[in-house]
Amino acid sequence: MHIKVLYFARLREQFGVSEEIVELPDGAVMVAMLLDVLRARGGVWAEQLAAGQAYRVAVNQELADQVAPIEAGDEVAIFPPVTGG
Amino acid sequence: MKISVQIEDFDLGREVTELRAHQPQIGAVASFVGLVRDINDGSTVAAMSLEHYPAMTEKALRDIAAEAAQRWQIIDATIIHRIGDLYPTDQIVLVAVASMHRHDAFAACEFIMDFLKTSAPFWKKELTPQGARWVDARETDETATQRWTKPSKR
Repeated sequence: MHIKVLYFARLREQFGVSEEIVELPDGAVMVAMLLDVLRARGGVWAEQLAAGQAYRVAVNQELADQVAPIEAGDEVAIFPPVTGG
Repeated sequence: MKISVQIEDFDLGREVTELRAHQPQIGAVASFVGLVRDINDGSTVAAMSLEHYPAMTEKALRDIAAEAAQRWQIIDATIIHRIGDLYPTDQIVLVAVASMHRHDAFAACEFIMDFLKTSAPFWKKELTPQGARWVDARETDETATQRWTKPSKR
């Protein structure tokens, strides 16, 4: 299945991409599995999404944790901790 | 409830006038305005650009205001956050809350700002003499948000 993934701010610059479609296996999928697929690319992906790095994930525009489910057609965003205000 | 994410500047006086127009039950308005400082983390800041996640930003702000309305007696509120290029002394953010009595307005205004700082998807990039840098999230902002997990009602 296809998931739309967006990146913002520092992560957008480090990954060199603001938006892409990621192919994941069909069926029950969690945020953690998407992160595994991205980390498996190695390099800056493995480094920036490593355990202990500070980043946030939103599923369909709501902050989500690693066990949040994702389905075909969902929009997932990965970004650094926010710094507005 | 007015929620706006905009490039343009805002006028506190005009926003407060609009907020309380035709609502004679309002007895208190508390407001907060955030500004661009010319120094941060030991470096002078010449300019700043604010990026956001357009599809999520307004929803996040609306959710924060709705949560505040659950906790305090709010009559109305205005949240404005600017995006794009900003310079020292520019206004970045406005939160104004109207209520019958001052405690609700003060508390809700501070609550909205604290949650905006840690859950609304905005990111600041500063231009300093050492080059452009993304602003790091502050531990103190996270702490400020966490103290609301046990609401203290007077």
